[in-house]
Amino acid sequence: MPQARRWGIQHPMHHALFFHGETLHLMPSGALFWPARKLLTVSDLHLGKSERLARRGGTLLPPYETQATLEKLDRDLEATGAETVICLGDSFDDLAAFDRIEDSARLWLARLMAGRDWTWITGNHDPGPIEIGGTHRAEVHLAPFTFRHIAKPQETAEISGHYHPKARLAGQSKPCFLADRNRLILPAYGVYTGGLRSHDATLTALMDRDALAILTGPRALAIPMPR
Amino acid sequence: MEILRQGKGAPPGRIVARSRVPVSLIAASGYLGRMMTLPPALSRWFAAKGWTLHPHQQEMLARAADPATLLIAPTGGGKTLAGFLPTLAELGETPPAGLHTLYVSPLKALTADIRRNLGTPIDGAGLKIRVEDRTGDTSYTQRRRQRADPPHILLTTPESLALLLSYEDAPRIFQGLQRVVIDEIHALAESKRGDQLVLQIARLQSLNPGLRRIGLSATVENPAALARFLAPRTTILAADPGPDPDISMLETDEAPPWSGGGGRYAIPAILNQIARHRTTLIFHNTRAQAELFFHDLWLANTEDLPIGIHHGSLSREQRERVEQAMTAGALRAVVCTGSLDLGIDWGDVDLVIQVGAPRNVKRLVQRIGRANHRYNAPSKALLVPANRFEVVECQAALDAVRAHALDGEPRGPGPRDVLCQHILATACAGPFDADALYAEVTTAGPYAHLSRADFDACLDFVATGGYALKAYDRWQRLKKTGGKWHLRDPRAATLIRQNLGTIIDIETLKVRLRNHGTPLGEVEESFAATLTPGDTFLIGGQIVRYEGLREMTVEVSRSPGRDPKVAVFNGTKFATSTLLADRILDIFQRDSWPDLPAHTSWWLAKQREVSRLPDPHSLLLESFPHDGREHLVIYGFAGRNAQQTLGLLVTKQMEQQGLGPLGFVATDYATLIWGLDPVTDPAPLFDLATLRNGLDTWLAGNAVMKRTFRSTAIIAGLIERSHQGRRKTGRQATFSTDILYDTLRRYDPDHLLLQITREEALRGLIDFSRIEAMLARIQGRIDLRRLSRVTPLAAPLFFEPGRIPVHGEGRDRLASAQAQALMEAAGLA
Repeated sequence: MPQARRWGIQHPMHHALFFHGETLHLMPSGALFWPARKLLTVSDLHLGKSERLARRGGTLLPPYETQATLEKLDRDLEATGAETVICLGDSFDDLAAFDRIEDSARLWLARLMAGRDWTWITGNHDPGPIEIGGTHRAEVHLAPFTFRHIAKPQETAEISGHYHPKARLAGQSKPCFLADRNRLILPAYGVYTGGLRSHDATLTALMDRDALAILTGPRALAIPMPR
Repeated sequence: MEILRQGKGAPPGRIVARSRVPVSLIAASGYLGRMMTLPPALSRWFAAKGWTLHPHQQEMLARAADPATLLIAPTGGGKTLAGFLPTLAELGETPPAGLHTLYVSPLKALTADIRRNLGTPIDGAGLKIRVEDRTGDTSYTQRRRQRADPPHILLTTPESLALLLSYEDAPRIFQGLQRVVIDEIHALAESKRGDQLVLQIARLQSLNPGLRRIGLSATVENPAALARFLAPRTTILAADPGPDPDISMLETDEAPPWSGGGGRYAIPAILNQIARHRTTLIFHNTRAQAELFFHDLWLANTEDLPIGIHHGSLSREQRERVEQAMTAGALRAVVCTGSLDLGIDWGDVDLVIQVGAPRNVKRLVQRIGRANHRYNAPSKALLVPANRFEVVECQAALDAVRAHALDGEPRGPGPRDVLCQHILATACAGPFDADALYAEVTTAGPYAHLSRADFDACLDFVATGGYALKAYDRWQRLKKTGGKWHLRDPRAATLIRQNLGTIIDIETLKVRLRNHGTPLGEVEESFAATLTPGDTFLIGGQIVRYEGLREMTVEVSRSPGRDPKVAVFNGTKFATSTLLADRILDIFQRDSWPDLPAHTSWWLAKQREVSRLPDPHSLLLESFPHDGREHLVIYGFAGRNAQQTLGLLVTKQMEQQGLGPLGFVATDYATLIWGLDPVTDPAPLFDLATLRNGLDTWLAGNAVMKRTFRSTAIIAGLIERSHQGRRKTGRQATFSTDILYDTLRRYDPDHLLLQITREEALRGLIDFSRIEAMLARIQGRIDLRRLSRVTPLAAPLFFEPGRIPVHGEGRDRLASAQAQALMEAAGLA
């Protein structure tokens, strides 16, 4: 964007979405920021995934994904100045994962939580509260939105995660947000997470025909949801 | 197996020791007197058939006691029987139970074929010798029985052997093993399968110190190197190579096109040849080209000659049907790829046609050998250049074959990812001592110079993951108890066994007819991802319509009579060998080209008139404007992979110089770059230090590295290979290895797997060594020619597929524009 640089204009890297009367920033990292409330939402961090795989199957994946995910989250909190954080579930790869993540990671997380209103929504991988502080909820209502882990087909003004949606643009498949008039689904924020392509029947059934996919990457890019 | 021929009529055999090697060479005679004797029943049976042994077969019997022998004999020379004669002699008529000889071949099909052919003399002579094969296709009950009660002769592949050796009862299974015979050893030595195999043989040698090794091959460019690969002390036995093949370029009415592959212009002439021969094999370099060619050949086949197609993407059922028809003599021609380079003997093949430049003389010789599997009868072959440039390459290949020049890249040291897998497999079989294993591993040729530190790094990776941060102390894979290493969790053995082997499949999806369920074959996942319903493509010679993806299967319907819209799926790309490239440059230096077809010699003369032809002692660059863009052609003749790397590195330099490169395309001979401004000062672009620097920074984030990393990660056991049947679908699908690569690079840049990946990529897909060789060849002599327009030699490059856009800020701009256009088209913006 040489043109923009020349005029000193900073193009926003996020995608601004007008959703139920509110402006939301869909960030290139996969986080959602709600400026009016200074609220940052992320979904499916899957912290401790490599540890769980090592524990279960003997596969020794590089054990740095918790660090990588926290670095990303740290940057987003810093950049947005968020005061409230909602993690939309599956924050830990399983219940034991929190106990086993390294002390340094646990301290890091505590530092991020300090001074912020932090809510952990229960996911399907980490059912039940864990010893970490913050508030633990099945869902959060913050008018006009409902935050929960898995989308409910009949709901509206809903923000959820769980599906790890992905879509392809210009030959590259990337984690993406899915948005229509009723719901917004967040991509998985964790570094070691697979994805479900947006044209999977589960997602096409859930989303309206005119839904958008907003791809993560160097900048958030909106396209009609591939189906 | 056309192993034994009547002695009458054949010229007296010679044993030729051709190599200058530091291993013990044999004299031409003198051993025959002390030769081991065949069981009388077998000798009688041979005599009744009127068969006598070839000299090299007798010599193999004579040398039965040697610890290792490499037999180089032409196809059809009875080389496989020669490998088994010492075994038959030792076993006698009523051998005791137990495994005596292990035969390893690169192809499953070959083991089945050898079993049948070996059965003929054994059954004919009434010998009580049990011969069985054991491959991925062998039934579970059969495999169980083989473990409990091994046959005398077991025929297998390196992968099945790895599995067998990983069982706790391996020492019992292999107890008393006397011999191992490795067929087509040159083919195994070309890949990591060979490294794995020699590690396994080292293991077998520890179990049975008296084990003797035999390697068999028809095409060896460096016998000494292959001998060292087989064993520390190897005797080389070279049989009479037989008569030279009868090869030439196919003459066609129509000149080959300027660019592209496939050779479809030659179909009338090829059909004519098929009609004039009993059975013709038509080799192609890629599966996609074989498919396209077969389709068009079929349309032109007005005489309804029975013609089949055979390649690795077709389903096993389809391939077997073609093989059976071929064996039964029901086919007049088979269109095929590398899947038939090696393998079962089809005695009736009397013509081989190679479509497209052969890229590598050794492979061409191997393919030519597929014709006329008869001792002392010349093989007949025709070369069909697919485009104008390939005419020159085919001529170079013909000259090379006639001069008995073979090419081949020297083997690098044994790859460490294979060693990691070997350590894991060893642990599956039982606790091991690290010192003993290190000593054993270094007896294997490729690992002879492995340092203890490198070995320990591999062991550490296998045990703990080898991370700078020891996060997994609790979850180690291997533990050391009482001085011996063993699996922490013995249940992990099952998973490890499933991942043994060094062949990494490209992720493929099955193609099925909707409603019929008939499997047609497989396509690469990346190709499937580009399909939208309604697209048509070719598979198994028929046009099908893409209907959708269902449970990891591509569903299609028949779509007769429509032109396939999408016609390619990627095949393996081989780079033209240094030997061929050098010979092409030599051809360019001639004053005139009476050997070449008129259309090609005219083209070369035109190039000489307008610009000049590349030569071996300098690097020719051509710079010219065309179609509103500046172009630069680099005639490096370094092979496709290296020319591609050169394209990436040079465009990077050009970007820094502000020349605005927009993209490039590479062939085996040249790289064409287009951009905004012309290059005027080329020397800095080709400075070795700058290129190497650029390589280091560029390499890291490159897709080639990621692809290489994936193979390495699978072989070394970091991630499991996804098995076709049980691949997970949906959200919890395995995340991509790209992410693992990025994570490791960021947090643990010196990790063992990254070191291995770098080594592999430089040797393989990036092929930087050939850029270095090219720069050494030109010694700084760069000849930049500024021209007013496209030159004759450059013109074909404009039709090349596989153009690569230069990544930069422009990429984001492009994506933004595309997203905007999509939104507008959908009425959303």
